[in-house]
Amino acid sequence: MDILQLLISGIANGCIYGLLALGFVLIYKATEAVNFAQGDMLMLGAFLGITVINSNYMDMPFLAGLIAAAVVMGIFGYLLDRLVLRGIFGQPQFAMVILTIALGFLLRFFAGVTWGYDPISLESPFAGRILELGGLTIPMVDAVIIVATVLLTTSLYFFFARTRLGVAMQACSQNQMAAYYMGIPVKRVNAIVWALSGVVAAIAGVLFAAKGAIEPSTGLIFGIKAFAAAVIGGLGSLPGALAGGLLVGVVEPFASRYLPSGFGPIAPYALMLMVLVLRPGGLFAQIKQKKV
Amino acid sequence: MNNVLEVRNLETFYGPVMALRGVSIEVPQGQIVTILGANGAGKTTLMKTVSGALSPNKGVILFHGDRIDGKEPDELVKKGLAHVPEGREVFPFLTVAENLAMGAYTRNDRVEIAKDIEMVYDYFPILRERRNQPAGTMSGGQQQMLSIGRGLMSRPTLMLLDEPSLGLSPLLVQEIFTIVRRLNREQGVTILLVEQNAQVALQAADYGYVLEIGRIVMAGSAEKLLNSDDIREFYLGHGSSGDRGEKRWKRKKTWR
Repeated sequence: MDILQLLISGIANGCIYGLLALGFVLIYKATEAVNFAQGDMLMLGAFLGITVINSNYMDMPFLAGLIAAAVVMGIFGYLLDRLVLRGIFGQPQFAMVILTIALGFLLRFFAGVTWGYDPISLESPFAGRILELGGLTIPMVDAVIIVATVLLTTSLYFFFARTRLGVAMQACSQNQMAAYYMGIPVKRVNAIVWALSGVVAAIAGVLFAAKGAIEPSTGLIFGIKAFAAAVIGGLGSLPGALAGGLLVGVVEPFASRYLPSGFGPIAPYALMLMVLVLRPGGLFAQIKQKKV
Repeated sequence: MNNVLEVRNLETFYGPVMALRGVSIEVPQGQIVTILGANGAGKTTLMKTVSGALSPNKGVILFHGDRIDGKEPDELVKKGLAHVPEGREVFPFLTVAENLAMGAYTRNDRVEIAKDIEMVYDYFPILRERRNQPAGTMSGGQQQMLSIGRGLMSRPTLMLLDEPSLGLSPLLVQEIFTIVRRLNREQGVTILLVEQNAQVALQAADYGYVLEIGRIVMAGSAEKLLNSDDIREFYLGHGSSGDRGEKRWKRKKTWR
């Protein structure tokens, strides 16, 4: 029973890691560079959620607030690509890495100035409520997080597999030059990928804020852990990102419960190291061979 | 005669290298025009400049009489110019059917797109068989067929074919060129073909240009080129043998 309890809370945490890792992978596939501000985009999304939902700010219903935060972060992602990142299009990937690290600093300071450096939590309708399920006590927040993640990832799956734009995004990430020749507007598609990763970050952020408190530096630590999750899954694979996130989420509580103290926070990185040694491409690596 | 494509004095840089040094060609309606040349002659640069992937520094490109130099590929695909790139460049993790659908990205008529996919399957039956297979798992020849089929999906009036014979067996090359000729006749697609394999290219083409280090050094009907001494010696490999039955000195190209 104890194990099951740990597992469920681990999965709920893992869902958020997974969503954030999904953001990493989306950007990596589109631009072949890592967006180190991904965690800070989650933080920003969470603060936006707090601003529109909490009663001392705008006092909107939870779902409406979630959508509002997602839309704003989507626009943020789109404009970020349009106005900032397109300027360094064609530069070495390192330029983008530095740029996103700088962006992370900016977002943290912006959040600190706007919302203060003290932790704030989101007032959600399910805070403190508990589901009793055959002897298990599941916090309602965890259940909501899991359900929301399942819904979001299934809709993302259908978007990528079935819609024209989704398939075009896959095409762009697999062979950008060919996509260009096919008349797919690659730059616009990339901007939409950034918007999408903003939306995913905002949803993950609001869900996270409903579970615990948020402060400007939350995104930094969280982002690194989610990056580890993305690497574990294989940086180029969307299902892998989710699986990596879940793995990290589950390993953490188990390690802190059953191993000597201090091992909990290390566990995700130990796992990443192990995966990198044993399966350098990640668990869900896509192996690509080009025939001549 | 009506020219689908006209290129005048085109100069393109590939990084610091001046890859095209004033190239002028004409591609008349309904014909297959080929551009021959060795490695590094600028063939692919010419194709990329025409299809909008590279911008020329100087010169004019006219497509059905409109200037298209410096325009983006997505605009040109809509106008009816398809580029089948060198080395096939299929989307490896997308299925054959999805690859074909991407070729029609600029179109919105679902019913017509479905019809055209069937048409492509009729030309390349193997693609129908493998329509749900990821393109990256197919053989080189099948990928080349897919690449050509994908190019057809935008309903082009002009198709740029960049080295369709690359890395294929002679038999497969014959097969692909037979289909290319059929496409030209049956679908009325004008074709600009770049090849290193001069033999097959000249057999398929109506007219040919020879490109060397960024310049057109020779032009003529395919027949004329096939019988020209220079082409025979340097591109077809029929070395002229002297009186003693062996070559004693390297012949100079007469166009120099």
